Amino acid sequence: MKQQKKGLAVCLAAAVLLLIAALLTGSPGPSESVQEAMRDAVLHGTGQISLFGLMTVNPGMISALLVTAFLLLCAALIRVFAIPRFRYQPGKLQLVLEELVGLFDNMAKSNSPHRSRFLGAYLFAAGSYIFVGTLSELLGLQAVTIHGHPITLPAPLSDVNAAIAMGTLSYLVILSGGVAANGLGGVGKTLKEFSLPISMSFRLFGALLSGLLVTELVYYYVALSFVLPVVVGVLFTLLHALIQTYVLTMLTALYYGEVSEPSPKKEKKLQAENA
Amino acid sequence: MPLNINLQQILLHWMNLAVLTGALYFLLYKPVKDFMEKREAYYRDLEEQAADKLAQAERLECQAKAKLEAADDEIHDERMRAQQAASDAAQEQLAQAEEQARHIIAKAEAEAEQSKERALRESQREMRELAAKAAKKLAAKPGDDFFDQFLDLTEGGRAHEGR
Repeated sequence: MKQQKKGLAVCLAAAVLLLIAALLTGSPGPSESVQEAMRDAVLHGTGQISLFGLMTVNPGMISALLVTAFLLLCAALIRVFAIPRFRYQPGKLQLVLEELVGLFDNMAKSNSPHRSRFLGAYLFAAGSYIFVGTLSELLGLQAVTIHGHPITLPAPLSDVNAAIAMGTLSYLVILSGGVAANGLGGVGKTLKEFSLPISMSFRLFGALLSGLLVTELVYYYVALSFVLPVVVGVLFTLLHALIQTYVLTMLTALYYGEVSEPSPKKEKKLQAENA
Repeated sequence: MPLNINLQQILLHWMNLAVLTGALYFLLYKPVKDFMEKREAYYRDLEEQAADKLAQAERLECQAKAKLEAADDEIHDERMRAQQAASDAAQEQLAQAEEQARHIIAKAEAEAEQSKERALRESQREMRELAAKAAKKLAAKPGDDFFDQFLDLTEGGRAHEGR
């Protein structure tokens, strides 16, 4: 108890000293205005990165590739080392993995009872991607732009192209469910929701971008970059990750279930066949 | 394009997501789900086996109960039969004992009758012999009254009171 109090006092003293040092040192002066910083965070006009020397891409693309590589590496390690050791009485890691797979599988089954196998797999991948991708901005991985400036890699979905890709791919998945279940009727049902890809894309983009902008704003001023990032950076990012994962997967599952529901005529025909 | 939208990058993101979805499906989602289904099937089998065993146990219990009831009935019947047999045997023994007793009594009565007759005959014979002896003695002593002599002889030589 006494040691804990000592440790706490040392931490507090170090924090106060660092704050004083930061305030006294000051910043060398902003290299860009806050408007420019915001615009760059949204548009990535000046922060382009070379992709293996083949083309220039937004930093979000690099983040997306890194997140995918990380997820696939983890999945491969789990597949090789953990899954063969699964037991009927699960351990901690097995419990977490089963809970994750069960969560998306149940979401698919409950929202789309007629056709849920592919939907479950897509929701699992999309959910993992959004969650891990959003959390990746906490790592603050650095990259170098084509102009030679260092840049912190943002969350993949704070790039509008990634958000559009995610939204439109989800829409295509919904469309595929409609076609598989109802043929041309399914296409009609899906096209009825023509605003869905736009709303899904920009909802993701807006939600992730707002977090990014707030974080940029906080870090822009030295005085605000002390203690406050713990709240706006970590907690907001965690909340974003959870909420956006839930929203996109739930919406996709909901619309997929709606369009893949057999039409009444087809259902009657199926019932007659079964009878 | 507005907002720096780039079709090439969108297609790259699509490719990235497609690869991720496929690879995650085969590496993680499918194996974990297969394992969960396998475990579910295993416990379902166990449950079915337990239910079967329970049903079998209940059936056996019913059979055992029926057997116990049959055994109880059989025991009851056997007891009744044994009681009846014991009662019959007792009656028979009693009848035999009574018959035997009657036979013994009859035999005893017959023997007593025979003994009585024999004693009577013996006493008659002795009386005849005595009478004969007395008569012989009387005949040997003339003058005496025969009757007094006879009485003297029977009383062991004591003189008769009437004398």
